Amino acid sequence: MPISYYIVLSVTLFCIGIVGVLTRRNAIIIFMCIELMLNAVNLLLVAFSKMHHLNLGAGNPTLASEAQVFVFFIMVVAAAEVSVGLAIIVMIYRNTHSVDVNFLNRLKN
Amino acid sequence: MNNTLQIVWLIPFLPLIGFLINGLFRKQLSKSLVGIIGSGVILAAFILSVYVFLQVKGGNTHLAHYFNFINTTSLKVGFDFQIDQLSSLFLLIITGVGFLIHVYSTSYMHEEESKDFAKYFAYLNLFVFSMLLLVMGGNYIIMFIGWEGVGLCSYLLIGYWFKNNEYTDAAKKAFIMNRIGDLGFLLAVFWLLNKVGTVNYQDVFANVDKLTPTDITGITLLLFVGATGKSAQIPLYTWLPDAMAGPTPVSALIHAATMVTAGIYMIARSNILFTMAELTQTVIAVVGLATAILAATIALKQNDIKKVLAYSTVSQLGYMFLGLGVGAYTGAVFHVMTHAFFKALLFLGAGSVIHAMSGEQDMRNMGGLKKHMSITHITFLMGCIAIAGIPPFSGFFSKDEILAGAFAKNPLYWGIGVLGALMTAFYMFRLYAMTFLGKFRGTHEQEHHLHESPSAITIPLIVLAILAVTGGFVGIPEVFAHGAHKLGAFLDPVFADTNKYVAAHAHTEHLSHSTEYMLMGISVAGALAALIFAWNKFSKYQKSDTEETGIGKVLANKWYVDELYDAVIVKPRNSIAAFLNNIVERKGVDGIVNGVGKAVNYGSRQIRLLQSGQVGGYVLLMVVGMLVLFIIKFFL
Repeated sequence: MPISYYIVLSVTLFCIGIVGVLTRRNAIIIFMCIELMLNAVNLLLVAFSKMHHLNLGAGNPTLASEAQVFVFFIMVVAAAEVSVGLAIIVMIYRNTHSVDVNFLNRLKN
Repeated sequence: MNNTLQIVWLIPFLPLIGFLINGLFRKQLSKSLVGIIGSGVILAAFILSVYVFLQVKGGNTHLAHYFNFINTTSLKVGFDFQIDQLSSLFLLIITGVGFLIHVYSTSYMHEEESKDFAKYFAYLNLFVFSMLLLVMGGNYIIMFIGWEGVGLCSYLLIGYWFKNNEYTDAAKKAFIMNRIGDLGFLLAVFWLLNKVGTVNYQDVFANVDKLTPTDITGITLLLFVGATGKSAQIPLYTWLPDAMAGPTPVSALIHAATMVTAGIYMIARSNILFTMAELTQTVIAVVGLATAILAATIALKQNDIKKVLAYSTVSQLGYMFLGLGVGAYTGAVFHVMTHAFFKALLFLGAGSVIHAMSGEQDMRNMGGLKKHMSITHITFLMGCIAIAGIPPFSGFFSKDEILAGAFAKNPLYWGIGVLGALMTAFYMFRLYAMTFLGKFRGTHEQEHHLHESPSAITIPLIVLAILAVTGGFVGIPEVFAHGAHKLGAFLDPVFADTNKYVAAHAHTEHLSHSTEYMLMGISVAGALAALIFAWNKFSKYQKSDTEETGIGKVLANKWYVDELYDAVIVKPRNSIAAFLNNIVERKGVDGIVNGVGKAVNYGSRQIRLLQSGQVGGYVLLMVVGMLVLFIIKFFL
């Protein structure tokens, strides 16, 4: 399959994520959109890695797996980030009884 | 260095001690103690001066070195005192006349409060100290210290009654005018240092040959600028008449007998430099003559008794400069001496009159004081005759010597000088007649109060009158008796270089005896005629309210010189200052500073609105920013 299919899919997912972050007010949905963007990038990384391996690194096992391993790292870090983020959202909910980010403008002024 | 003259440091030191005691303990000391300390130190200095004078007369001159005042590798200025004929003569004048004026002041200033009285004496002592430093200094730097010191004391004493704004203005005027002159002096000293590398009189005078004519002319002209400030010559003379704001003894001491002669002393001291600068000599002679005439014409129409004397001082100083300009150094110094006697006498006499008149200074309200104040009257008359130049009073000898010198140089100088001398006789006897003759024109209260002054005032008057009458006999001209010019013989070593130079270069022929007799005859006859005319005209003076017209008005207003200076110098400077203040400073510099502040303030207020707190807004901006970066990266 040509690489361009992967790129188009990734860009589409990424744009959905951006639009979601920009338009939604619910913190959890914003969070999900962020994850979507993150995974779009992951997908692109894996796709490029595969392409790279096919073009240059045939027979070199380390080159083949480098980017794939990177993606695992990203997922781990993302999982940690999500847990912190969710904890924050829980705390926000406890304080404001809402997860609407537009209420969170009290730091202004 | 075991010279008996090594002790001369005591002479200025004593007045300094007096200044410190009177100045520091002015609240504790009683008036009589202040008077005793103030006059006592001057008396002691006078006695020492007499001793020094006798030593010098015996041929013992001395250059005392005490310590290094400035000590660098390239420049060494010692704290030196030079005691020779010229300085010892000035020492006598300063301490002698100074002592009499101190004694006089103890009575004249008696109505002041105790601490003000002590302040006054402290200033007087400081003044004498500075003046002594000036004449004793062995180089131009030490002279400059004294030079500045007398300027400062003059300021302090003119503004002694500092609660009166007019008086403080007069004090400031004196100080500023002096400063302008001082700048010239200072520049001359720098020039000397640059070219000769030393400021010691002896080294400078020994090295004059190394200076180019341009250097000498420049240096002497700058020194002369200094002298015009201190000695009240055109164009810097206007401070002296205003300086009459000070107490009368101050006028006598500073503005007649000592400080104003500093310029004469300085030029006489540097005589060899000036002799070699022909251009400067001409400038000095012309400026001196112009000042003499200008001030004499102004004095004709003044009604304030002290103002007349002030302008007559300016005029007499003009004669001294004429003498210096034509190379008659001995005559100029001689006139300094006789002038110190009779002008101090006249000022003190005027002070006695003002004292009796309860502060009145307008001669139109005086008259007929002859019968009330016999001692003041007699002594004042002596002073008037002396200044008018009637033989055998002292003024005749000194003025005649200057005029004879002027005639030898240029008969025109002599003609104008004699004209000035006639005016001198006229205004002095106008002053005398308006004050002492005729009927009393003041109020009844004043008439009732009229009295002769106490002895502390009259004794100095009598002593000064004796000096004014007899002082001239130390300088009897050659024509009367050979070798009778004792002062000339005494001062000869000081002017030795000059005489040698003149003998080698100039070709002025000596005046024949008959010419000299004729010159004297003309000036004396003229002075007598002016005297009698003034006597007749003003002895029956009546007060009249008619305004002066024509030339009289111009003279009464002092040729409008103050107004001219105001229009030419003060006003333009004020408007430049106002322009700089309003436009450059307020609008320009302040505008830039305030503008930056305002721009930052305004800008940040606008940018602050972006900080809305809306998360969506931030994200949107972030995305937009990223897009912009993409576009720049890929398409531009």
